[in-house]
Amino acid sequence: MKYLALIYAAPGTQPAYGTPEFSAFMGDYSKATETYKRNGVMLAGEGLQGTSTATTVRVRDGKTVTMDGPFAETKETLGGFYLFDCANLDEAIKYAAMIPSAAYGSVEIRPVMQYD
Amino acid sequence: MQLSGNAKETRARAAISAAVRAHFGRLLAVLIKDIRDFQLAEDCLQDALESAFIHWRRNGPPPSPVGWLLQTARRKAIDRIRRMRNFDKKAVEYGYLIELDQNAAETGDAQAIADERLRLIFTCCHPALDPKTRVALTLRTLCGLTTTEIARAFLDSEDAMAQRLVRARHKIAKAGIPYAVPEPEAWPERLGSVLAVVYLVFNEGYAATAGPSQLRTDLCDEAIRLARLLMHLRPGEAEIEGLLALMLLNHSRRAARLSGDGSFVPLQLHERTLWDRSSIAEGLSLLEHALSRSQPGAYQIQAAISAVHAEAASHEETRWNEIVLLYDRLHQIFANPVYLLNRAVALSFADGPQAGLDALAPLAASLAPYQPFHAARADFLRRLGRTGEARSAYEAAISLSGNAVEQEFLEARLSSMGS
Repeated sequence: MKYLALIYAAPGTQPAYGTPEFSAFMGDYSKATETYKRNGVMLAGEGLQGTSTATTVRVRDGKTVTMDGPFAETKETLGGFYLFDCANLDEAIKYAAMIPSAAYGSVEIRPVMQYD
Repeated sequence: MQLSGNAKETRARAAISAAVRAHFGRLLAVLIKDIRDFQLAEDCLQDALESAFIHWRRNGPPPSPVGWLLQTARRKAIDRIRRMRNFDKKAVEYGYLIELDQNAAETGDAQAIADERLRLIFTCCHPALDPKTRVALTLRTLCGLTTTEIARAFLDSEDAMAQRLVRARHKIAKAGIPYAVPEPEAWPERLGSVLAVVYLVFNEGYAATAGPSQLRTDLCDEAIRLARLLMHLRPGEAEIEGLLALMLLNHSRRAARLSGDGSFVPLQLHERTLWDRSSIAEGLSLLEHALSRSQPGAYQIQAAISAVHAEAASHEETRWNEIVLLYDRLHQIFANPVYLLNRAVALSFADGPQAGLDALAPLAASLAPYQPFHAARADFLRRLGRTGEARSAYEAAISLSGNAVEQEFLEARLSSMGS
């Protein structure tokens, strides 16, 4: 089964860029990604630019309306994702728990819809 | 002798409810494994039960009711899959069911059916389901309680409970919750989740906070039955034995916990001759067995505390110092201010109410909204003769209590102090 692991964290809760903790944090990301590849479960995975770079698009009455943001003040925001191919939810939980951000924010696991 | 239509119907109903009572979990567990679909397996078992009523009413129950039900449920599954829109996706299971059906010589007694209930328990108690759902699903699938019975036990509407169960089965299927006993690396955590569900079922019955008390006691019996099943399926696990011991020891006091008019009787005032001695004996021997395995755990310690009470001839003769030490150990394993509160209560009986009051002081911040904290504090102050302070502590406790029986007890204490 395919599972999307959505990585959420509140701004300012994870190690800051430029600190030694940040290097270790990124190192842990590399290690996790290597494990996923080695075990053949990784279909994709990316980190996202912050919400200050986000644009929200809606189509209303055929017109495209764009908005700057959304900006979240203290709420957890989506910061990245992995797409896993796993045997079952237990396996997906095991791999999601290896994502370093899970120790700061949260990871939401969603099974990918299968169209019959 | 010819049985009348009514008698035949009664006989069929009795045979079906006996089979449900004894074998529902086992039948469902094996069907889920065959069909690989929780909802479909339950529907087919339900079909088989309906069909049993028609056939058994006519011809009487078959020699092996459980074998009959399994074979019929599998045939119902074959039938349902054949009619499915997405038949291809179930082709493997379909072939397997046909094969099973052709090779089914005579599925003898229940013991001949593979026991897959451990998988079923771990699936129902999966941490990806919310705790109340785990409890409801376990009662439904392992214990064979009806949705109506479960709804009544939780004081929920039947619709809400039915929806909860539908959502649970949907999530199990769509989220890919495996139908499996967890890997050794996940075992302690997952067993913890299963034991927590069993203990929740027990406490739901034991708390007697609301609802018809008969049903509630039934929940205690179901929890004890589940723990026995777990122990049978997974021998040598100290915490399973510890939990069963804990429940048996607590349940042994059931007759003494409520007075004739249904009001709550605190442990201190129990008529100890009402305690169920055979339950106590079984609990104590199980606990001893568990402790000899040197796999310490929170349920074993709680059972040990319950055992100290069970062995005491009276409230005064209880080995309170031992209870204080056991709460210390419990708090070490799993830090919880409620354990420290209970420790303070034990300490007040071991070393006097002032010692209890001193031990409470550091808990005030974390337990301020917790009724038992104020009830304990009120009790210590009352025993110290500090009536004014005791009075306001009782009032605080009463205002925080959502339970009428408990409120009555606290109010009786309050008015017993006079003005």
